[in-house]
Amino acid sequence: MSIFVDKNTRLLVQGITGKEGQFHARQCVAYGTNVVAGVTPGKGGEKIDDIPVFNTVGEAVDKTGANCSMIFVPPQYATDAIVEAADNGIEIIVTITEGIPILDMMKVKNYMGNVRSRLVGPNCPGIISPGLCKVGIMPGFIHKPGGPIGVISRSGTLTYEVVNQLTLQGIGQTTCIGIGGDPIIGTNFIDCLDAFERDPDTKGVLMVGEIGGSAEEEAARFISENMKKKVVGFIAGLTAPPGRRMGHAGAIVSGGKGTAQEKIAVMKENGVYICEDLCTLGEFCAGVFKD
Amino acid sequence: MRIHEYQAKELFRRYNINIPYGGIAFDPDEARSIARRIGRFPVVIKAQIHAGGRGKGGGVKLAESTDEAYSLTHGLIGTKIITSQTGPGGKLVRKVLVEEKLETDKELYLGIVADRKTSKILIMASEAGGIDIEDEADAMPEKIIRVYIDPNIGLQPFHCRKIAFDLKLTSSVWEQFVLILQNLYRLFTDYDCSLVEINPLVVTAKQSIMTALDAKIEIDDNALFRHRGIIEYRDIEEEDPLEVEASRFNLNYIKMDGNVGNMVNGAGLAMATMDIIKLAGAKPANFLDVGGGTTIEMVEKGFRLILRDKDVKLVFINIFGGILRCDVLAKGIVQAVGKTDLNIPVVIRMDGTNIEEGRRILYGSGFKPIYVADLKAAAQKISELAGA
Repeated sequence: MSIFVDKNTRLLVQGITGKEGQFHARQCVAYGTNVVAGVTPGKGGEKIDDIPVFNTVGEAVDKTGANCSMIFVPPQYATDAIVEAADNGIEIIVTITEGIPILDMMKVKNYMGNVRSRLVGPNCPGIISPGLCKVGIMPGFIHKPGGPIGVISRSGTLTYEVVNQLTLQGIGQTTCIGIGGDPIIGTNFIDCLDAFERDPDTKGVLMVGEIGGSAEEEAARFISENMKKKVVGFIAGLTAPPGRRMGHAGAIVSGGKGTAQEKIAVMKENGVYICEDLCTLGEFCAGVFKD
Repeated sequence: MRIHEYQAKELFRRYNINIPYGGIAFDPDEARSIARRIGRFPVVIKAQIHAGGRGKGGGVKLAESTDEAYSLTHGLIGTKIITSQTGPGGKLVRKVLVEEKLETDKELYLGIVADRKTSKILIMASEAGGIDIEDEADAMPEKIIRVYIDPNIGLQPFHCRKIAFDLKLTSSVWEQFVLILQNLYRLFTDYDCSLVEINPLVVTAKQSIMTALDAKIEIDDNALFRHRGIIEYRDIEEEDPLEVEASRFNLNYIKMDGNVGNMVNGAGLAMATMDIIKLAGAKPANFLDVGGGTTIEMVEKGFRLILRDKDVKLVFINIFGGILRCDVLAKGIVQAVGKTDLNIPVVIRMDGTNIEEGRRILYGSGFKPIYVADLKAAAQKISELAGA
C-alpha cells in the first residue's frame, strides 16, 4: 500500500488563507487528496473553494474528522501550530515551513515524545503516496503510482529529480517522504525505513541524504541490523566546503564531521547500495531493484 | 551568525560573566591608549577575525609597553592571518582587542551547543582548558564532561553540581562556577545561540576569580527576527562581498574556487549539481540556490551574480520545476542576458512544471544556450567545455 498517508487521510491545512497555503491546498485537492478543512485564527467561517476554514484545530477536528495536517504558517508561529495540532490528536503533522529557530524546534521535538502524533519536517516538501494522496508541495505528475519503491529524502527538488528518474525507468513509488533539511526534524530516516520494511507493497527503498549531522550513519546501522529489503543510497554534498551552511540549515560539515565521504563509507559498510553519480541514479536503481 | 570575541565579551559582561579588562581598537593609537589605561604590562593584543586558531596563526601578541602595543597593532591591522579555519587566503585583520594579561592557576573549558543528534542542549566541560575541543573529543572522549538538558525543563541545580564535581572544583570557586554556568545557559537561550564557548575559563592567581579569557558565540540565523539588537553585531566585512550582495536578494550563494558557475533551485539539488560538475572533471565556482518561491527578478539577479565572478568560464543552469515554474526561470534568464554582455557558454537543463512554456521563451529570445535534455547530457557538455 503506502505509509503515513493514503485514501483514509483527511487533510487539514493550517495557514490555508495565506498565499502558499491556499495554492498548495488547491494543488492537493487537484491531486485527489481529501482536504477537509483549513485553519486560520480569526478567519473561521470563511471558505477556500469548498473547504471550510476554522479558527482552531480543535473545532476543525470536531466538525470534519481531520486526521492529518499540513502546516504553512510563518516560522515565528509554526511551533505553536505544531503543538496545537498535536494537542488535538492529529496523527500526522507535516510541517512545510522553513526557517523555524532551532531552540523552538528542540522544545517541540522533546514535547512530541509525550504525544502520539507523528511530526514530519519542518522545512520539507511533504509526503506523497502516488495515486492515493498528496500532502505537500511536490509536483504530483512526476510520480508513478503502484510502487514498489519507497523514497526518503532530506531535500525538496533533489527528491523530485530522483523520483523523476525512477518514473522514467518505469519504477513506481509506494510513498515518497521529504523528512526535511533542518538540523532538528520530527520523523527521521530510521522511522521511515522501519515503516517501509513493514509495508508489504514496498520492495525496496531509495534514501537521499546530504552532508551534516549523523542521521545517514545511524540509518545505515539500522538497515544492516533490521532490514531485509534492499536500500539504495545517494548523498549530496561531496564538494561542499567545510564550515559552510549549504542552503539547508542542517547541511553543514562542522569540525570535520558530517561529510558526504564519511556517510558514504558507513553506508557501504552496512550494505547500502551507494550510487555516487546522480546522473545515473535511475538506471542504478533499475539494476539493484530488478528482481 | 558569527560574532567577534569582543562582541561576545560584551554579552558576557551583561550576563555577569567576568572578562579581562580591556577594549577594542580600530587603529594603533586606540590600542596605545587602551594599553595606557590598563597600566600593567604585558598587555594582550588579539586580532578580531571570524576564525579560530588565532594563537597559532600569529594573531595574538604580548606588548610590554604602550609603544609596543602601538607597533604590534600597526603590524596586525591590515595584514592577513592564516589559521586552520581561515582557508589558504587568510583573513584580513581590521581591529584588535587589547586586554590585561592575567596570571592564572587553572584553565577550564566550558561550552554549550544545540545538539542536533539528541535534540537537547548539550553542556561540555573539561579540566583541560585552552584545548581544541574537537581534537580532544576525538582523542580522549572520556576527558570531556557532557550533560544533556531538556530545553523544556532547562538547567537544573543537579546539572551544575555534576559538572562542578566532575571538574574537581574547590569550594573557593564552586559558587562562582555555578553562577557562570547558569548565566551562560541563560545567555544561550535568551539569544538563541547555536554555540557559546569559553575556552579557556580561568581561575586567576591570588584572587581566584573565574574569568572568561576567550569568548565565542554563534547565533541561530533563523532566530534573528527576535533579536533585532544583535543584528548590529553582524560584521559584513568578514563576509565575501558577492555573498553579502546575494543575501540582500534572499539568494543563497556561496563562493567556491572553480570556474563552472551554476544556478539551481533547491539546496539539495544545488549541492548535487556541484558534485556533478566535479564528477565531470571540472570545478564548481559557486553554490547558488535560487529557492522555491523565486521571482523573475531573483533569477535575473542570481544569473548576473554568477557572471560577476571573473573566474567563471561556463554557466550550468539546472532547474527541476516544482513550485518554481520553468517559464519564470526562462524569463529571468532572458532578462538577465539582455542586460549583460554574455560571452561564455551557458548549459541549461530544465525539467518539471511548465517545461514547454519555458523552452518556448528561451528559444524565442535570440539567446542561444546549450540546451540539454537530462543530467547525463549536461555532465557530458560540462566535461567537453570545462573538463580538465
